[in-house]
Amino acid sequence: MPIKPEILATDILVWLLVAVLGCFAWYVRRHEHLLAPWRRVAHSASGMAALTVLSFFIVIGLLDSFHYRPALSDMGGRKVYAVEVLSVFDAVAEPLRTRKEKTYSAPLATHLYAKEPVELAGGRQARDYPRLLHGGAHLEDPRADWAPDVARRTLSGIAAAAVAWLVLTTLLCAVLARRHAMNTDAAWRAIWRGETRVPWHAVLITLGLMLLVAGPLAALSMKYHVFGTDKVGQDVLYQTLKSIRTGLVIGTLTTLIMLPFALLLGIAAGYFRGWVDDLIQYVYTTLSSIPGVLLIAASVLMMQVYIETHPDLFETLVARADLRLLFLCIILGITSWTGLCRLLRGEALKLREMEYIQAAHAFGVSHWRVITRHILPNVMHIVLIAVVMDFSGLVLAEAVLSYVGVGVDPSMISFGTMINTARLEMAREPMVWWSLASAFCFMLLLVLSANLFADAVRDGFDPRIQSREPAAADCAGLQPAMGRTA
Amino acid sequence: MLAYIVRRIAYAIPILIGVNVLTFALFFVVNTPDDMARVHLGVKRVTAEAIEKWKLERGYDKPLLLNEKSSGSGKFTETIFFDKSVRLFVFDFGRSDQGRDIGYDIRTRMWPSLAIALPVFVLGLAAYITFALLMAFFRATYIDFWGVVLCVLMMSISGLFYIIGGQYLVGKLWNLVPISGYDGGLDAFKFLLLPVLIGVFSGIGSNARWYRTIFLEEINRDYVRTARAKGLSEIRVLFRHVLANAMIPILTGAVVVIPLLFMGSLITEAFFGIPGLGSYTIDAIQSQDFAVVRAMVFLGSVLYIVGLILTDISYTLVDPRVRLQ
Repeated sequence: MPIKPEILATDILVWLLVAVLGCFAWYVRRHEHLLAPWRRVAHSASGMAALTVLSFFIVIGLLDSFHYRPALSDMGGRKVYAVEVLSVFDAVAEPLRTRKEKTYSAPLATHLYAKEPVELAGGRQARDYPRLLHGGAHLEDPRADWAPDVARRTLSGIAAAAVAWLVLTTLLCAVLARRHAMNTDAAWRAIWRGETRVPWHAVLITLGLMLLVAGPLAALSMKYHVFGTDKVGQDVLYQTLKSIRTGLVIGTLTTLIMLPFALLLGIAAGYFRGWVDDLIQYVYTTLSSIPGVLLIAASVLMMQVYIETHPDLFETLVARADLRLLFLCIILGITSWTGLCRLLRGEALKLREMEYIQAAHAFGVSHWRVITRHILPNVMHIVLIAVVMDFSGLVLAEAVLSYVGVGVDPSMISFGTMINTARLEMAREPMVWWSLASAFCFMLLLVLSANLFADAVRDGFDPRIQSREPAAADCAGLQPAMGRTA
Repeated sequence: MLAYIVRRIAYAIPILIGVNVLTFALFFVVNTPDDMARVHLGVKRVTAEAIEKWKLERGYDKPLLLNEKSSGSGKFTETIFFDKSVRLFVFDFGRSDQGRDIGYDIRTRMWPSLAIALPVFVLGLAAYITFALLMAFFRATYIDFWGVVLCVLMMSISGLFYIIGGQYLVGKLWNLVPISGYDGGLDAFKFLLLPVLIGVFSGIGSNARWYRTIFLEEINRDYVRTARAKGLSEIRVLFRHVLANAMIPILTGAVVVIPLLFMGSLITEAFFGIPGLGSYTIDAIQSQDFAVVRAMVFLGSVLYIVGLILTDISYTLVDPRVRLQ
């Protein structure tokens, strides 16, 4: 085998999460009452547009979660594998990863950002901006060829994006038309006028805008460093894309880890009351009375000491950084479960007095069964809203923690480490701004779409809004108006 | 009232004991003092004597919980737990791992922290309420809609970018104020201006949006309809009735952080080089000074609990319906 799969701890959890979400989706699809709030989410234009953007991030994050070690060479029948751990995303972005320059270069530049001694034709030495090893290396005369080449590549990127968009749109129209028994043309008109129940026009517009940006970026990144290079000459676009996984892992795994504790303890406290309640309340009041950053800092410091004094536990650098990321998630989870736990306790207190719970008690149903069958399903909407709302906060927290020095491992690429190094470059003369700018753009996009999606989910699950929408019976996916146009 | 406060303080004691035991476990049980010494002295090539010396200098050479060698009460008092953790209850923070007096550092450094945090708190509250009221006044119009859009956009930007952007724009490009630093007396003003402004600005997004929902919830109440039915103008309804009632959740939510203002803000102080408690904590984290971090964890939880008690008291002050028993 030319590669050796390297299974990192966070990878396992990421795929576990995907599996759990898959099962959840399958279960929800078969239960109309669970599906109804999700339909309301699907009918929100901003929510669906945000989901489109998020899915782009998720695809990159998932691609970046298959890790392996490539084989170096055969040494007498025994394979030797590289110490370097790569991911499928690295393989896809191979040109971005491997084409390193010497040091800083500006976005789309053909020359380095700093002057260096170069040998002139006559054998004399002079200080000039040397050509980049890879960025624009195919140009004969950068001064004359650069602008037309960039323009040509941008246009071809836009053209490819337009084609891709048209194909996707046609596919969508065909699917919708097939599902609702009308012709493709009518489906297109309904989408365009915003007459579909699911706001497909918002999705398509978002998709179009994203492709419009991604197409030229991809086309240009074949031959240039679109966002420039950093101090050690690494492509900034590659770093930004690698940061996505770190952000997603922190945002999702933290809640995945804390969820069992919050659920179990919160419901137990509200359901059993008495000394159980006192004990659990004491635990979460104690934990929540320590300011979050300080508790995280203290825990991470202690974890650092542990990792430093036990270096033999980790085979590769990546495994070490990964374990640190996992610990960070656990620590963030421990500090953030208290809020959800308190909410769940309150809800369980309320639910245990309901008639149907009392009926279950009267029938002699066991506590465990009452909790799993009757209480758990009725608090799930709180859990879901909390999980989705927490996500963006965690992504932002990662950046701050990495800045303080208690975040992810310095060798792990993340938005926090990028900002941290870029901060010093702002004071440099001439200023290096592109690392910061690209981290800013991608982070804003990720957090903004997460926030918008979280709002849509909250609105969808909020019982106070349900009365305003028509009953869930007529949610065939398309409004009756669409039938008229057909 | 007094009996209530006394009882609340009594409730706080077990929580503080919990915090204390937790930090003790975190700092001394998860990793032994030997591990800490090794990290400070360099993991490899460190002699046993050097570790012993390091521990002795910092008082980490005693047993953790029970000193078998001592007699009487010394069995319990001559231990790390008593020395480093129990003493925190009387605010005896001891010495940092670098040998400085932590109590003295905290007393001198809390004032610069407060000089930033207090204006941010007061101006911020005023700014957020103003924006939220404006949005509530123009509710269900385009002003409200774009206001919310702006809020969501602003809350999606990491606080780090506000600081970096503000420093670059105001400090470097326009050269209006020094980028970082601090000075005592009136000179402090020019150093404090930018951090305070950025502090207020970076919070607008989430806070104005949150206050707006509080206002909107209040606007749909029956008493507001009654007030309108009486013929009061919208402005009068908003400022006299809605504002007064919406202040209850806003104020009680804000009171909790007042004691924590002494702790300052980690990020702001570090970026602007202000010698407050926030930058003190960051320095301690980065130089792995465990004694200082331990002290700050304890101080932070004490202040938080004080904030909770103040919140309960403030409930009775602003809402006569709430009675403390």
